[in-house]
Amino acid sequence: MIAAFTWLLLFQLAGEITAQVLGLPLPGPVLGMAFLFCALVWRGSVPLALDHASGMILRNLALLFIPAGVGVMVHIARLRDEWLAIAVSLVVSTLGAIILTAWVLDRLLRAKAKRDAA
Amino acid sequence: MSPRLTEIWVYLAASPLLWLTLTLIAYQAAVAVYQRAGQHPLATPMPLAVAVLAVVLWLSGTPYEHYFEGAKFVHFLLGPATVALAIPLYGEWSRLKRMVGPLMIALIIGSSTAVALAVSLASWLGASHATVMSMVPKSVTTPIAMAIAEKIGGLPTLAAVMVLMTGVIGAVCGPLVLRVFKITDPTAQGFAMGLAAHGIGTARAFQSHPTAGAFSALAMGMNALFTATAVPLLVQVWA
Repeated sequence: MIAAFTWLLLFQLAGEITAQVLGLPLPGPVLGMAFLFCALVWRGSVPLALDHASGMILRNLALLFIPAGVGVMVHIARLRDEWLAIAVSLVVSTLGAIILTAWVLDRLLRAKAKRDAA
Repeated sequence: MSPRLTEIWVYLAASPLLWLTLTLIAYQAAVAVYQRAGQHPLATPMPLAVAVLAVVLWLSGTPYEHYFEGAKFVHFLLGPATVALAIPLYGEWSRLKRMVGPLMIALIIGSSTAVALAVSLASWLGASHATVMSMVPKSVTTPIAMAIAEKIGGLPTLAAVMVLMTGVIGAVCGPLVLRVFKITDPTAQGFAMGLAAHGIGTARAFQSHPTAGAFSALAMGMNALFTATAVPLLVQVWA
Protein backbone atom coordinates (compact mmCIF):
# COMPACT_ATOMS: atom_id res chain seq x y z
CA MET A 1 0.00 0.00 0.00
CA ILE A 2 2.70 2.50 1.04
CA ALA A 3 4.94 1.37 -1.81
CA ALA A 4 2.12 1.77 -4.34
CA PHE A 5 1.30 5.24 -3.02
CA THR A 6 4.97 6.18 -3.21
CA TRP A 7 5.02 5.17 -6.88
CA LEU A 8 2.00 7.36 -7.61
CA LEU A 9 3.72 10.32 -5.92
CA LEU A 10 6.96 9.65 -7.80
CA PHE A 11 5.17 9.70 -11.15
CA GLN A 12 3.35 12.88 -10.16
CA LEU A 13 6.68 14.42 -9.18
CA ALA A 14 8.21 13.41 -12.51
CA GLY A 15 5.22 15.02 -14.25
CA GLU A 16 5.53 18.26 -12.27
CA ILE A 17 9.26 18.51 -12.94
CA THR A 18 8.85 17.84 -16.68
CA ALA A 19 6.07 20.45 -17.01
CA GLN A 20 8.21 23.03 -15.19
CA VAL A 21 11.43 22.32 -17.06
CA LEU A 22 9.85 22.22 -20.52
CA GLY A 23 7.35 25.02 -19.77
CA LEU A 24 4.40 22.87 -20.89
CA PRO A 25 0.83 24.17 -20.39
CA LEU A 26 -0.16 20.79 -18.83
CA PRO A 27 -0.53 20.11 -15.09
CA GLY A 28 2.01 17.73 -13.55
CA PRO A 29 -0.51 15.02 -12.52
CA VAL A 30 -1.82 14.68 -16.11
CA LEU A 31 1.75 14.23 -17.40
CA GLY A 32 2.36 11.81 -14.51
CA MET A 33 -0.64 9.79 -15.68
CA ALA A 34 0.84 9.65 -19.20
CA PHE A 35 4.23 8.55 -17.81
CA LEU A 36 2.69 5.82 -15.65
CA PHE A 37 0.63 4.63 -18.61
CA CYS A 38 3.79 4.33 -20.76
CA ALA A 39 5.58 2.52 -17.91
CA LEU A 40 2.74 -0.01 -17.66
CA VAL A 41 2.72 -0.60 -21.43
CA TRP A 42 6.48 -1.11 -21.29
CA ARG A 43 6.22 -3.47 -18.26
CA GLY A 44 3.29 -5.38 -19.75
CA SER A 45 1.27 -5.75 -16.54
CA VAL A 46 0.03 -3.87 -13.47
CA PRO A 47 1.70 -4.70 -10.11
CA LEU A 48 -0.94 -6.13 -7.78
CA ALA A 49 -0.37 -3.60 -4.98
CA LEU A 50 -0.68 -0.69 -7.42
CA ASP A 51 -3.89 -2.16 -8.79
CA HIS A 52 -5.39 -2.39 -5.27
CA ALA A 53 -4.29 1.09 -4.22
CA SER A 54 -5.59 2.74 -7.39
CA GLY A 55 -8.89 0.86 -7.12
CA MET A 56 -9.38 2.17 -3.61
CA ILE A 57 -8.58 5.76 -4.57
CA LEU A 58 -10.65 5.80 -7.77
CA ARG A 59 -13.74 4.29 -6.13
CA ASN A 60 -13.77 7.37 -3.89
CA LEU A 61 -12.69 9.94 -6.49
CA ALA A 62 -15.78 12.07 -5.81
CA LEU A 63 -14.59 12.69 -2.22
CA LEU A 64 -11.46 14.43 -3.50
CA PHE A 65 -13.46 17.14 -5.33
CA ILE A 66 -15.40 18.20 -2.23
CA PRO A 67 -12.84 20.69 -0.75
CA ALA A 68 -12.59 22.58 -4.09
CA GLY A 69 -16.34 22.29 -4.56
CA VAL A 70 -17.06 24.07 -1.28
CA GLY A 71 -15.06 26.98 -2.76
CA VAL A 72 -18.09 27.86 -4.88
CA MET A 73 -19.43 29.70 -1.82
CA VAL A 74 -16.72 32.35 -2.28
CA HIS A 75 -18.22 33.38 -5.63
CA ILE A 76 -21.89 33.37 -4.62
CA ALA A 77 -22.39 37.13 -5.23
CA ARG A 78 -21.03 37.03 -8.78
CA LEU A 79 -23.03 33.92 -9.61
CA ARG A 80 -26.23 35.56 -8.30
CA ASP A 81 -25.77 38.57 -10.60
CA GLU A 82 -25.32 36.58 -13.80
CA TRP A 83 -27.05 33.35 -12.84
CA LEU A 84 -29.34 33.02 -15.86
CA ALA A 85 -26.65 33.41 -18.53
CA ILE A 86 -24.28 31.13 -16.59
CA ALA A 87 -26.84 28.42 -15.84
CA VAL A 88 -28.29 28.25 -19.36
CA SER A 89 -24.95 28.22 -21.16
CA LEU A 90 -23.33 25.69 -18.79
CA VAL A 91 -26.26 23.27 -18.87
CA VAL A 92 -26.86 23.46 -22.64
CA SER A 93 -23.18 23.33 -23.64
CA THR A 94 -22.29 20.50 -21.23
CA LEU A 95 -25.24 18.28 -22.08
CA GLY A 96 -24.96 19.15 -25.78
CA ALA A 97 -21.30 18.13 -25.78
CA ILE A 98 -22.06 14.87 -23.93
CA ILE A 99 -24.84 13.85 -26.33
CA LEU A 100 -22.93 14.80 -29.49
CA THR A 101 -19.64 13.17 -28.39
CA ALA A 102 -21.34 9.95 -27.28
CA TRP A 103 -23.47 9.81 -30.44
CA VAL A 104 -20.52 10.42 -32.82
CA LEU A 105 -18.29 7.87 -31.07
CA ASP A 106 -21.10 5.31 -30.86
CA ARG A 107 -21.73 5.64 -34.62
CA LEU A 108 -18.03 5.50 -35.56
CA LEU A 109 -17.40 2.43 -33.37
CA ARG A 110 -20.40 0.62 -34.83
CA ALA A 111 -19.31 1.39 -38.38
CA LYS A 112 -15.80 0.17 -37.52
CA ALA A 113 -17.11 -3.05 -35.95
CA LYS A 114 -19.14 -3.70 -39.10
CA ARG A 115 -16.09 -3.06 -41.33
CA ASP A 116 -13.89 -5.32 -39.17
CA ALA A 117 -16.49 -8.09 -39.30
CA ALA A 118 -16.82 -7.86 -43.09
CA MET B 1 -23.58 28.18 24.51
CA SER B 2 -21.97 28.00 27.95
CA PRO B 3 -18.51 29.59 28.24
CA ARG B 4 -16.92 26.12 28.44
CA LEU B 5 -18.63 24.94 25.24
CA THR B 6 -17.68 28.15 23.46
CA GLU B 7 -14.09 27.54 24.47
CA ILE B 8 -14.16 24.02 23.04
CA TRP B 9 -15.76 25.30 19.81
CA VAL B 10 -13.16 28.02 19.38
CA TYR B 11 -10.40 25.47 19.85
CA LEU B 12 -11.92 22.91 17.46
CA ALA B 13 -12.91 25.41 14.76
CA ALA B 14 -9.30 26.60 14.65
CA SER B 15 -7.80 23.13 14.16
CA PRO B 16 -7.69 21.34 10.79
CA LEU B 17 -9.02 18.18 12.49
CA LEU B 18 -12.64 19.34 12.69
CA TRP B 19 -13.01 20.34 9.03
CA LEU B 20 -11.16 17.29 7.74
CA THR B 21 -13.40 15.01 9.82
CA LEU B 22 -16.57 16.84 8.74
CA THR B 23 -15.53 16.53 5.07
CA LEU B 24 -15.20 12.74 5.43
CA ILE B 25 -18.49 12.47 7.35
CA ALA B 26 -20.37 14.60 4.80
CA TYR B 27 -19.03 12.43 1.96
CA GLN B 28 -20.01 9.16 3.60
CA ALA B 29 -23.44 10.48 4.54
CA ALA B 30 -23.96 11.63 0.94
CA VAL B 31 -22.89 8.20 -0.36
CA ALA B 32 -25.37 6.56 2.03
CA VAL B 33 -28.15 8.82 0.70
CA TYR B 34 -27.11 7.95 -2.86
CA GLN B 35 -27.32 4.20 -2.10
CA ARG B 36 -30.66 4.65 -0.33
CA ALA B 37 -31.97 6.52 -3.39
CA GLY B 38 -31.18 3.50 -5.57
CA GLN B 39 -28.09 5.28 -7.06
CA HIS B 40 -30.31 7.83 -8.78
CA PRO B 41 -28.17 10.41 -10.69
CA LEU B 42 -30.00 13.28 -8.98
CA ALA B 43 -28.60 12.03 -5.65
CA THR B 44 -24.95 12.19 -6.88
CA PRO B 45 -22.84 12.37 -3.65
CA MET B 46 -20.38 15.19 -4.49
CA PRO B 47 -22.78 18.16 -4.86
CA LEU B 48 -24.85 16.94 -1.91
CA ALA B 49 -21.81 16.82 0.40
CA VAL B 50 -20.66 20.23 -0.89
CA ALA B 51 -24.06 21.78 -0.17
CA VAL B 52 -24.16 20.36 3.37
CA LEU B 53 -20.63 21.62 4.13
CA ALA B 54 -21.31 25.06 2.62
CA VAL B 55 -24.39 25.42 4.85
CA VAL B 56 -22.40 24.34 7.94
CA LEU B 57 -19.67 26.90 7.13
CA TRP B 58 -22.23 29.61 6.49
CA LEU B 59 -24.18 28.93 9.72
CA SER B 60 -21.00 28.81 11.81
CA GLY B 61 -19.55 31.90 10.11
CA THR B 62 -16.41 30.00 9.11
CA PRO B 63 -14.44 31.50 6.19
CA TYR B 64 -13.59 29.13 3.32
CA GLU B 65 -9.82 29.57 3.80
CA HIS B 66 -10.27 28.29 7.32
CA TYR B 67 -12.18 25.23 6.19
CA PHE B 68 -9.57 24.53 3.51
CA GLU B 69 -6.82 24.34 6.18
CA GLY B 70 -8.38 21.00 7.18
CA ALA B 71 -9.81 19.91 3.83
CA LYS B 72 -6.52 20.43 1.96
CA PHE B 73 -5.36 17.00 3.08
CA VAL B 74 -8.16 15.46 1.00
CA HIS B 75 -7.63 17.98 -1.81
CA PHE B 76 -3.96 16.99 -2.07
CA LEU B 77 -4.91 13.42 -3.02
CA LEU B 78 -6.30 14.69 -6.36
CA GLY B 79 -2.75 14.64 -7.75
CA PRO B 80 -1.91 10.98 -7.05
CA ALA B 81 -5.52 10.04 -7.99
CA THR B 82 -5.02 11.61 -11.42
CA VAL B 83 -1.81 9.60 -11.87
CA ALA B 84 -3.69 6.43 -10.79
CA LEU B 85 -6.10 6.91 -13.73
CA ALA B 86 -3.34 5.38 -15.88
CA ILE B 87 -4.15 1.95 -14.41
CA PRO B 88 -7.76 1.49 -15.64
CA LEU B 89 -6.64 3.12 -18.88
CA TYR B 90 -3.94 0.49 -19.31
CA GLY B 91 -6.63 -2.17 -18.75
CA GLU B 92 -8.32 -0.95 -21.98
CA TRP B 93 -5.05 -0.62 -23.93
CA SER B 94 -5.67 -3.55 -26.32
CA ARG B 95 -9.06 -2.08 -27.37
CA LEU B 96 -7.90 1.50 -27.23
CA LYS B 97 -5.08 1.27 -29.74
CA ARG B 98 -7.48 -0.01 -32.41
CA MET B 99 -9.82 2.99 -32.13
CA VAL B 100 -7.54 6.03 -32.14
CA GLY B 101 -9.24 7.50 -35.26
CA PRO B 102 -12.84 7.48 -33.94
CA LEU B 103 -11.65 8.83 -30.57
CA MET B 104 -9.82 11.77 -32.20
CA ILE B 105 -12.85 12.69 -34.31
CA ALA B 106 -15.20 12.51 -31.31
CA LEU B 107 -12.72 14.61 -29.30
CA ILE B 108 -12.51 17.43 -31.85
CA ILE B 109 -16.27 17.58 -32.48
CA GLY B 110 -17.23 17.31 -28.79
CA SER B 111 -14.64 19.74 -27.47
CA SER B 112 -15.44 22.46 -30.04
CA THR B 113 -19.17 22.03 -29.42
CA ALA B 114 -18.74 22.53 -25.67
CA VAL B 115 -16.73 25.75 -26.13
CA ALA B 116 -18.80 27.20 -29.02
CA LEU B 117 -22.17 26.59 -27.32
CA ALA B 118 -21.03 28.02 -23.98
CA VAL B 119 -19.45 31.16 -25.45
CA SER B 120 -22.26 31.98 -27.91
CA LEU B 121 -25.08 31.38 -25.40
CA ALA B 122 -23.39 33.29 -22.59
CA SER B 123 -22.66 36.35 -24.76
CA TRP B 124 -26.16 36.25 -26.24
CA LEU B 125 -27.69 36.18 -22.73
CA GLY B 126 -25.60 39.22 -21.77
CA ALA B 127 -22.90 37.75 -19.54
CA SER B 128 -19.90 40.01 -18.90
CA HIS B 129 -16.71 39.57 -20.94
CA ALA B 130 -14.82 38.20 -17.91
CA THR B 131 -17.55 35.62 -17.29
CA VAL B 132 -17.58 34.49 -20.93
CA MET B 133 -13.79 34.15 -21.07
CA SER B 134 -13.79 32.24 -17.77
CA MET B 135 -16.32 29.86 -19.29
CA VAL B 136 -14.22 28.93 -22.34
CA PRO B 137 -12.10 26.22 -20.62
CA LYS B 138 -14.97 24.91 -18.42
CA SER B 139 -14.78 21.32 -19.69
CA VAL B 140 -11.13 20.72 -18.80
CA THR B 141 -9.60 19.78 -15.48
CA THR B 142 -9.24 22.69 -13.00
CA PRO B 143 -5.49 23.52 -13.09
CA ILE B 144 -5.46 23.69 -16.91
CA ALA B 145 -8.72 25.65 -17.01
CA MET B 146 -7.30 28.26 -14.64
CA ALA B 147 -4.16 28.64 -16.73
CA ILE B 148 -6.13 28.98 -19.99
CA ALA B 149 -8.59 31.51 -18.52
CA GLU B 150 -5.71 33.67 -17.35
CA LYS B 151 -4.13 33.59 -20.81
CA ILE B 152 -7.29 34.71 -22.65
CA GLY B 153 -8.57 37.40 -20.28
CA GLY B 154 -10.80 35.48 -17.90
CA LEU B 155 -10.56 35.16 -14.11
CA PRO B 156 -8.78 31.99 -12.93
CA THR B 157 -10.83 31.53 -9.73
CA LEU B 158 -14.09 32.12 -11.61
CA ALA B 159 -12.93 29.58 -14.21
CA ALA B 160 -12.44 27.05 -11.38
CA VAL B 161 -16.05 27.63 -10.32
CA MET B 162 -17.26 27.16 -13.91
CA VAL B 163 -15.27 23.91 -14.14
CA LEU B 164 -16.84 22.61 -10.93
CA MET B 165 -20.38 23.52 -11.93
CA THR B 166 -19.84 21.97 -15.36
CA GLY B 167 -18.61 18.77 -13.70
CA VAL B 168 -21.63 18.59 -11.42
CA ILE B 169 -24.07 19.27 -14.31
CA GLY B 170 -22.38 16.53 -16.37
CA ALA B 171 -22.26 14.04 -13.49
CA VAL B 172 -25.87 14.60 -12.44
CA CYS B 173 -27.61 15.07 -15.82
CA GLY B 174 -25.18 13.29 -18.18
CA PRO B 175 -26.33 9.73 -17.38
CA LEU B 176 -29.97 10.87 -17.73
CA VAL B 177 -29.54 12.38 -21.23
CA LEU B 178 -27.45 9.40 -22.35
CA ARG B 179 -30.34 7.17 -21.30
CA VAL B 180 -32.85 9.39 -23.14
CA PHE B 181 -30.76 9.24 -26.34
CA LYS B 182 -30.37 5.46 -25.89
CA ILE B 183 -26.56 5.44 -25.93
CA THR B 184 -25.71 2.30 -23.95
CA ASP B 185 -22.10 1.55 -25.01
CA PRO B 186 -19.96 2.21 -21.88
CA THR B 187 -17.05 3.28 -24.12
CA ALA B 188 -19.07 6.07 -25.77
CA GLN B 189 -20.77 7.00 -22.48
CA GLY B 190 -17.51 7.27 -20.56
CA PHE B 191 -15.63 9.14 -23.29
CA ALA B 192 -18.43 11.74 -23.51
CA MET B 193 -18.60 12.19 -19.74
CA GLY B 194 -14.84 12.70 -19.37
CA LEU B 195 -14.64 15.04 -22.37
CA ALA B 196 -17.44 17.36 -21.22
CA ALA B 197 -17.22 16.99 -17.44
CA HIS B 198 -13.51 16.13 -16.69
CA GLY B 199 -12.69 14.50 -13.32
CA ILE B 200 -16.12 14.87 -11.76
CA GLY B 201 -17.68 13.21 -14.82
CA THR B 202 -14.96 10.55 -14.58
CA ALA B 203 -15.77 9.88 -10.92
CA ARG B 204 -19.41 9.43 -11.95
CA ALA B 205 -18.47 7.19 -14.90
CA PHE B 206 -16.50 4.86 -12.59
CA GLN B 207 -19.64 4.42 -10.50
CA SER B 208 -21.56 3.05 -13.48
CA HIS B 209 -18.97 0.88 -15.33
CA PRO B 210 -15.17 0.31 -15.15
CA THR B 211 -14.81 0.64 -18.94
CA ALA B 212 -16.78 3.91 -18.86
CA GLY B 213 -14.42 5.14 -16.14
CA ALA B 214 -11.29 4.24 -18.13
CA PHE B 215 -12.49 5.98 -21.30
CA SER B 216 -13.67 8.95 -19.27
CA ALA B 217 -10.15 9.31 -17.86
CA LEU B 218 -8.76 9.08 -21.38
CA ALA B 219 -11.13 11.76 -22.72
CA MET B 220 -10.28 14.03 -19.79
CA GLY B 221 -6.56 13.81 -20.62
CA MET B 222 -7.08 14.20 -24.38
CA ASN B 223 -9.38 17.21 -23.96
CA ALA B 224 -6.95 18.86 -21.55
CA LEU B 225 -4.20 18.52 -24.14
CA PHE B 226 -6.42 19.64 -27.03
CA THR B 227 -8.01 22.65 -25.30
CA ALA B 228 -4.72 23.84 -23.82
CA THR B 229 -3.16 24.02 -27.28
CA ALA B 230 -6.14 25.00 -29.48
CA VAL B 231 -7.96 27.66 -27.41
CA PRO B 232 -5.11 30.18 -26.90
CA LEU B 233 -4.32 29.90 -30.64
CA LEU B 234 -7.97 30.45 -31.65
CA VAL B 235 -8.37 33.44 -29.35
CA GLN B 236 -5.20 34.96 -30.86
CA VAL B 237 -6.60 34.57 -34.38
CA TRP B 238 -9.95 36.11 -33.35
CA ALA B 239 -8.58 39.10 -31.48
